Amino acid sequence: MKKFFARLYLGLILLLLYAPLIFIAVSSFTESKVLGNWTGFSTKLYSNLFTGGMQGSGLMNAVYNTLIIALIAAFVSTLLGTLAAIGIFHSRGRGKNMVMFLNNIPMVNPDVITGVSLFLLFVFLGISQGYVSVVLAHITFCTPYVVLNVLPKLHQMNSKTYEAALDLGATPGQALRKVLIPQLMPGMITGFILAFTMSLDDFAVTFFTRGTVGLETLSTFIYTDARKGGLTPELRPLMTIIFIVVFALLVVINIRQERAAKKKASLK
Amino acid sequence: MNKDNIIISIDHVSKWFGDKRVLDDISLNIKKGEFVTILGPSGCGKTTTLRIIAGFETPDEGSIYIDGELMNKVQPHKRPVNTVFQRYALFPHLNVFDNIAFGLKLQGVAKDEIEKRVMRVLKMVGMTDYEWRDVDSLSGGQQQRVAIARAIVNRPAVLLLDEPLSALDHKMRKDMQIELKQMHKQLGITFVYVTHDQEEALTLSDTVVVMNHGVIQQIGSPTDIYNEPVNCFVADFIGESNIFNAIMVEDRKVSFMDHEFECVDEGFGENVPVDVVVRPEDIYIMPKTDKGQFDGVVSSCIFKGVHYEIIVNTPDGYELMIQDYNPFEVGMEVSMIIKPTDIQVMKKERICNTFEGEMIDDTHVEILDCEFECLKQEGISAGDKVLVEVDFDKVELTDDKRDGTCEGDIRFILYKADHYQLSVRALNREYIYVDTQDVWEDRDIVGINIRPEDMRIKLKEAKSQA
Repeated sequence: MKKFFARLYLGLILLLLYAPLIFIAVSSFTESKVLGNWTGFSTKLYSNLFTGGMQGSGLMNAVYNTLIIALIAAFVSTLLGTLAAIGIFHSRGRGKNMVMFLNNIPMVNPDVITGVSLFLLFVFLGISQGYVSVVLAHITFCTPYVVLNVLPKLHQMNSKTYEAALDLGATPGQALRKVLIPQLMPGMITGFILAFTMSLDDFAVTFFTRGTVGLETLSTFIYTDARKGGLTPELRPLMTIIFIVVFALLVVINIRQERAAKKKASLK
Repeated sequence: MNKDNIIISIDHVSKWFGDKRVLDDISLNIKKGEFVTILGPSGCGKTTTLRIIAGFETPDEGSIYIDGELMNKVQPHKRPVNTVFQRYALFPHLNVFDNIAFGLKLQGVAKDEIEKRVMRVLKMVGMTDYEWRDVDSLSGGQQQRVAIARAIVNRPAVLLLDEPLSALDHKMRKDMQIELKQMHKQLGITFVYVTHDQEEALTLSDTVVVMNHGVIQQIGSPTDIYNEPVNCFVADFIGESNIFNAIMVEDRKVSFMDHEFECVDEGFGENVPVDVVVRPEDIYIMPKTDKGQFDGVVSSCIFKGVHYEIIVNTPDGYELMIQDYNPFEVGMEVSMIIKPTDIQVMKKERICNTFEGEMIDDTHVEILDCEFECLKQEGISAGDKVLVEVDFDKVELTDDKRDGTCEGDIRFILYKADHYQLSVRALNREYIYVDTQDVWEDRDIVGINIRPEDMRIKLKEAKSQA
């Protein structure tokens, strides 16, 4: 009986958590202009999305911007974060704790504050508001996540392998590429995926740093769209797709971590 | 010595880590094709020496030459040496073949040549058919073999081995020792081997370099090191030994255990304090007879496989370890003889503790970075630089570090037949030597006290003041 209630409770919580998503997903399969009305099953919204029915609305452009920004931000922050992690790993004493502390702050800092402060910084430095500023901003808040994912790999690694590579005739650069990076790769990939999803769903930081040149990402587009009076119906299938993609990425991360843990356990 | 024959020359090298001096004026020449072992307890500087040869550390002072060329500023990847690391340091993302081929690929060796050479070294280390295996799936001994193969495939002029067998079990270690020795013969290249295992050092090497506290204690062949240790540390570290405080009465006559013995050593002077070492197998033991040089009572007798290890107490309170093929009953009265050639006389490194310090006021002196109370000294005033001498048996140790004026930890324990000599390292990394009857344990943290009347304080010479 006790078990039954525990299950029921868990089920209720999950239902509450996922109800909005399910609601959007279900209503993406009907043609009704008003969200919440069911006018029969249809995949017209999906075909509109993919066959160019949305041209001119700027939606596809926003999607395109979002993906490009997320890819660039994830790529650059993976590079920066990995190098930073290597640096942090090899530093000693109080400096190390200090840097780790500073690394963690941006992750707990409210997005609005990050956004506003970056906006002010870009104005102060005279960096043009638009693509460049948004990408820079995304790199800023993505990098700490990469650092956090690469550091454990460095701890697991036999640090002598780098020296072994040098000893066998590799230049420091070759040792980094051929020995260090391959061993850090799992952490870097997880970091990349996390950075990608963080960038993908960011609204506040983008909103403050995109300037006035009319750059729209998905989140800002939806925001503007919703304020114009009602959501464009085609957003429903789009959100469903994005949710499924992000969900799939998270599943991939989890499976990777599980496998790594299993491999570690089997070696012991 | 023929200079062309020297492959590695370490010339007055010193190295600091922070304010800790880990290598203190090391000089060492290694001949081509030699098997040299650097032997010492952990923290003695042996691994640092190896890392300086490999290029992972640079000397703060002095020079290192490989094949006649100055190497101080040469990066590790440009040195003609390869290393077998302590925990193998194999590349986990590469299989056995790619691990071994790593160096050859970097050199741009042709593909079929790489394959030939990799297969040849795999055969040499007895790992044929393992080339496509994942390195994580190999046992410790197999990983060790791959690590050796990975180093020797590059045909280095010198192979450096950093405690390569320390992670293997006893049986495996014995087998690998024999294989290493064969490999050395077969390859004809120079091996520099670092270990803390004295047996391994004696078994493998042409030359043994004994190190302690960042200083080379002795360089010699295994038999020299064993039979003629230059000081107590070497005697105690290599094999079993009985070590005594002794007085060199005159040439060829030394006194210890309250007896005078004939020996073969000369030139120490008359009535000079020395250390004497006698190996346990060099003491002849027999049932009590008037033909012995001294008598004692057996307090324990343990069978050790080939011989018995017998502990004998003398009436004067000394304890001796003796090895003999015959058992002696506990409680039995016995007589002993030591032949003159079996007595190894060694110069004492020091006869008392000497510390550099500074007078704080009339009755306080600062030594070991701590403030000690002392007696009022004539002609010495506050601020003067002084030398403070304290006899070994006048240093008191306390269990609780808070009871001591100064704190230290025990780094080395030497049993000297009727007492222990401890090397205690104070917090400022200076050593204090203590003679005591009490049993202490290695690495114990202790408090250090010196009574004011036991300190002999002298002004430091004016020259060093300036």
